[in-house]
Amino acid sequence: MSAIDPATFPDRAARRARLFTTINRLDGWFQVLGLSFVTPLLRALAGDNPAAQMKHIWRLLGVPLLAIALFLALWATLAPRVVTSLGAIPGPGQVWEQALVLHSDHVAERSKAAEFQLRQDARNAELVAAGQADRVRERAYTGSPTYYAQIWTSVQTVFFGFLIATAIAVPLGILAGLSPTANAALNPLIQIFKPVSPLAWLPIVTMVVSAVYVTQDGVFSKSFLTSAITVTLCSLWPTLINTSLGVASIDRDLISVSRVLQLNTWTKITRLVLPSALPLIFTGLRLSLGVGWMVLIAAEMLAQNPGLGKFIWDEFQNGSSSSLARIMVAVFTIGIIGFILDRLMFALQSLFTFSNNR
Amino acid sequence: MLRKLALTALISAIASQSAADTHPEIEDLTLGFIKLTDMAPLAIAYEKGYFEDEGLFVTLEAQANWKVLLDGVIDGNLHGAHMLAGQPLAATIGFGTKAHIVTPFVFDLNGNATTVSNEVWELMRPAIPSDADGKPVHPISAEALRPALEAFAAQGRPFNLGMVFPVSTHNFEQRYWLAAGGIHPGYYSPDNSAGQIGAEVLLSVTPPPQMPATLEAGTISGYTVGEPWNQQAVAMGIGVPVATDLDIFPMRAEKVLGLRADFVEANPNTVKALTRALIRAAMWLDAEDNANRSEAVQIISSPGYVGADPVVLANSMTGTFEYEKGDIRPVPDFNVFFRYQANYPFTSDAVWYLTQMRRWGQIPEAQTDKWYAETAQSVFLPELYLEAAQSLVDDGLAPAEAFPFGSDGYRAEPSRAIDALPFDGRSPNAYIDSLPIGLKGDQRVIGNEVQG
Repeated sequence: MSAIDPATFPDRAARRARLFTTINRLDGWFQVLGLSFVTPLLRALAGDNPAAQMKHIWRLLGVPLLAIALFLALWATLAPRVVTSLGAIPGPGQVWEQALVLHSDHVAERSKAAEFQLRQDARNAELVAAGQADRVRERAYTGSPTYYAQIWTSVQTVFFGFLIATAIAVPLGILAGLSPTANAALNPLIQIFKPVSPLAWLPIVTMVVSAVYVTQDGVFSKSFLTSAITVTLCSLWPTLINTSLGVASIDRDLISVSRVLQLNTWTKITRLVLPSALPLIFTGLRLSLGVGWMVLIAAEMLAQNPGLGKFIWDEFQNGSSSSLARIMVAVFTIGIIGFILDRLMFALQSLFTFSNNR
Repeated sequence: MLRKLALTALISAIASQSAADTHPEIEDLTLGFIKLTDMAPLAIAYEKGYFEDEGLFVTLEAQANWKVLLDGVIDGNLHGAHMLAGQPLAATIGFGTKAHIVTPFVFDLNGNATTVSNEVWELMRPAIPSDADGKPVHPISAEALRPALEAFAAQGRPFNLGMVFPVSTHNFEQRYWLAAGGIHPGYYSPDNSAGQIGAEVLLSVTPPPQMPATLEAGTISGYTVGEPWNQQAVAMGIGVPVATDLDIFPMRAEKVLGLRADFVEANPNTVKALTRALIRAAMWLDAEDNANRSEAVQIISSPGYVGADPVVLANSMTGTFEYEKGDIRPVPDFNVFFRYQANYPFTSDAVWYLTQMRRWGQIPEAQTDKWYAETAQSVFLPELYLEAAQSLVDDGLAPAEAFPFGSDGYRAEPSRAIDALPFDGRSPNAYIDSLPIGLKGDQRVIGNEVQG
């Protein structure tokens, strides 16, 4: 700041000051979104001591990029040395190539879908002309789902399962946190069910869904429900445990105050318990969503339910020379989406909580 | 001729009965399949627009394994599926899962082979005679396996083989081949579904795509599976196919269209439309001496269908088969989709599967010849097939001589089994008693013993 004489450019100095305040405010958000390297970049652009900022940029952007480059180089040199029954392990180049192929498959499938739509329209027009308007039906394209469709299915499923898990886990967690008796009752069940693998739940869930959800044309397909409920069963626990922990560790003084004020239970929970337990609840939710995403892929693989897991299993079964590269595309997709989901939860947490627990 | 006319009259009577509404009752169908070359009729019917021609909107879904596929059809997630011929029969008699499943259409004949590891092949090779070029003479008898069995026994190692499902053609074929060579593959019993009671070689289930990897790892020393998994082993240099099913028991229904009986009853027009579309696809696959096969290979190599490399798929789809590396022999009938009346659900084929289930104890007690015929006829439904075929003939889409109108459901040609034993589908009990190894007459497996 001192480099510029404030007397000569009073306006500019004030603008600069405002600019830096803005950058500092944005910094919080960049950190939440995993883009913390943007702050020093902006600062440097705004003219703040470039040398000092370069150091930050190097640490926040240069080092990670270098690590990624190193990883890619290691991968590219080591992968071709492992020869599997489907050929050598693909390097980054082949994986990228397959990512492009998957995209062009998507484009091709879309044009086939458009043709399907044209044929259907012609057919429906014929039916109307023949006076059979009651037989006209608009149906979705029947071709195989593209890679993007599989991603979208998985994301929808994980959120559905996660929402059910949250709806169950948060109230139960509050109950367990408030009442030692409820905690004593729930604890053994939590301990037993928490470590159970999704692959163990899946057959049970499949059978139960088939038995209970008998309709063939309901809102949800059975495979969707099976995957989502398996996600629910496995992602319940972190939220449940963290919620009860958060609720149980409320400041005793606050409890005393609530007694003095003679608050009723509902007010106590909404005004007192929830706000102070929120940071831990969100930590639980973040963990839950992460677990749910991992579980979902396994469940889709085993049950052949639509989604990224099915994509991987299908490719594994295909056993073509490009299968391994395609599976790796899926691995990176899963990783990146998992990362985005985590950031999303982190951002939500930052919106709702103001403690230093971030 | 008279009989043929009578049948035609019957069929047209059925047709006119339902003439009031010939539209499919259900137009949107989901059909399951396993990633194997013989799912081709489904892919072709979809890609060539035959399903849509018939007013059907079909979604094809690959399934993880045969069990998942069967459960999908039973619980209604799938309207129908590409099934092992033994699956509807086993489900109907209640071996494994109980459900009445029927079939109006056979996908193909043949299409499997038995592969052994390089280690086993080296032990086998000295016992196999060579031809003038120094190549092994086919068919190879399982007797040649004896030195390998002895070598394994001497080292105290179990001799493990893989197959894909307990009632799969592959299981029966491998057992048939072994037993014809004097090797006991083991019995099933009501309390023991591993199928290894009294076995000299231990057969167990391995999913098709995992076969080469499992063989390479040494967990199994050989396997029987459909394509492309035998040619894959050759390409990888880890095993040698020793017998195709053309050597062991040729011209038998391999995969069938499995539908729930109540579905067929409730939706006759849908089933007819489905059968018509599949017949047209099968005709296309075999048209003009397999002229379309290379296009078919391109279609099924798409990841949504079989997904393997076109080169590997083409090996068996275009009439050749590679045994040892470089030992490529013509096998024009390796995959038959239409010729030889391939799509007709022959009662005798169903009876053959049932005799093998009885032979190895999957059917625990003796049954009468009548039971075999009736069970076969309650599952394999040629009348549905012929009705669809007749309507194709009427529409000028197929020549009448392509279909066995008037057949009584028993194959006319003699059996060409590896052990040269004649098979007459009309007298299954006599056939079962004539087989060298296996349960006969009233024999039952109790505990680890054969009694009776």
